[in-house]
Amino acid sequence: MYRMRKYSVRNARWLKSVYGVLENVLVRAHPIFRSIGYDKIDKPVLMVEKLTKGFLLDSKSCGQCVVGSTGLSCPMNCPKSLRNGPCGGVRMDGKCEVDATMDCVWVNAWEGNKRLREKEYPIQFVQPPIDNRLHGTSAWLREVRRAAASRDAVVSE
Amino acid sequence: MRFADEPSTPGENLPILPGHDSPGRLERVLRAGVFAVTAEIAPPDSADPHEVFARAAMFDGYVDAINATDGSGAHCHMSSVGMCSLLTRQGYAMVMQVSCRDRNRIAIQGDVLGASAMGVSNILCLTGDGVQCGDHPEAKPVFDLDCMSALNMIRGMRDDSQFLSGRKLASPPQVFLGGAANPFAPPRDYRPLRLAKKIEAGAQFVQTQYCFDVELFKKYMAAVREAGSHERVFILAGVGPLASAKSAEWIRANVAGVHIPDAVIARLRGAKEQAKEGVQICVELMQQMQEIAGVHGVHVMAFRQEHRVAEIVERSGVLGERTPWAPPKYQQTRLEQIAD
Repeated sequence: MYRMRKYSVRNARWLKSVYGVLENVLVRAHPIFRSIGYDKIDKPVLMVEKLTKGFLLDSKSCGQCVVGSTGLSCPMNCPKSLRNGPCGGVRMDGKCEVDATMDCVWVNAWEGNKRLREKEYPIQFVQPPIDNRLHGTSAWLREVRRAAASRDAVVSE
Repeated sequence: MRFADEPSTPGENLPILPGHDSPGRLERVLRAGVFAVTAEIAPPDSADPHEVFARAAMFDGYVDAINATDGSGAHCHMSSVGMCSLLTRQGYAMVMQVSCRDRNRIAIQGDVLGASAMGVSNILCLTGDGVQCGDHPEAKPVFDLDCMSALNMIRGMRDDSQFLSGRKLASPPQVFLGGAANPFAPPRDYRPLRLAKKIEAGAQFVQTQYCFDVELFKKYMAAVREAGSHERVFILAGVGPLASAKSAEWIRANVAGVHIPDAVIARLRGAKEQAKEGVQICVELMQQMQEIAGVHGVHVMAFRQEHRVAEIVERSGVLGERTPWAPPKYQQTRLEQIAD
């Protein structure tokens, strides 16, 4: 929903910290997830993820979520699916070049980024091109596996 | 402007100097520190190569490189890679524009190799206009990559000699990489940071959108200089003649990303001969751009007024005493004219 999308950007700071807590909990549950099998829980987790992120962010379930670096403005709502910032076609009133009825996703992302008040703007990271195979899989679980793996790597060092 | 190590066969590139990435003239000119002029060529709706040659010849002796657009405004024309292949054979320095709208990563990487093999030394990555503004609004927009990931990908092909997949290349494309910049579109306070991000992604030169609002552009450049970006990237300011007040208003309302201040339109409307006034405004803009610290050249986009580019560059005086390279044919005619 467009209104919720705008609400989330306005509240990017605390919503991102809530997600941080959730991710911590999920990373702790990593041994349980692993014993059940990540492929088995992907569908149910994706359902929860789709409901929450769909409601809050108009998420398109690309499976490789980057909203943490876009001020909670989902870049997949950009009609050009740009993942690295605004194009040069943004209308002078900040509306989208392609769909004049909505704000440019990246105008919102920049607002959200400023609200995050982080040391460096995460929007400045150059994002790799999207992996189209991951569409419709859980980005949360992917992040959990990545975080758990890097934690284990630190422990083993 | 001819270099000492100029190849004798037209269409052959220059040797790559130490610290350079490409064998092209544009990189040579920019790194030499002189004020560069580039222009945009209109691709024909035709399969006739002579139309391409005739259009390029209009710029002979006035520009350092020619941009071949890639379906600009989402309209169908001769392809960028086709134009570049024809013109590099004549020795022209081409900037091949690559839009992410129409091709995916497989097609773009293939074109990069093909273009490089045909002597293209400069590639400029663009996001591309949406299909809704073109003559095929029913087409599927691709946007598999964006301008940043495209730049990063081509840099990987050049510097790491590999495809995005990691598969090795036998011979990497030696290209000077460029991007576009729009200092005037929202979010304006982010635009200087966006330029910094583009440099991170691989941009070595940028050509900007039309700069009709000098004050706003100066503010942008001040932020760019503060970040030190002007020392990491060559900036070519976009300029072009407006045909009339009416066409300026139409462009402002219908062409995505173009900002024209009211004062410019009022000046055109008040002029007796609006087209001449449009040229005069462009000439003045070029001179003003040359004065701005951190601007390394101008990029002339004279849409449907390509025949005026030579006059505009001549009158602006931005080239000084310098005559950019032109095909030998041009130099012969110049000599004949002098002999007459």
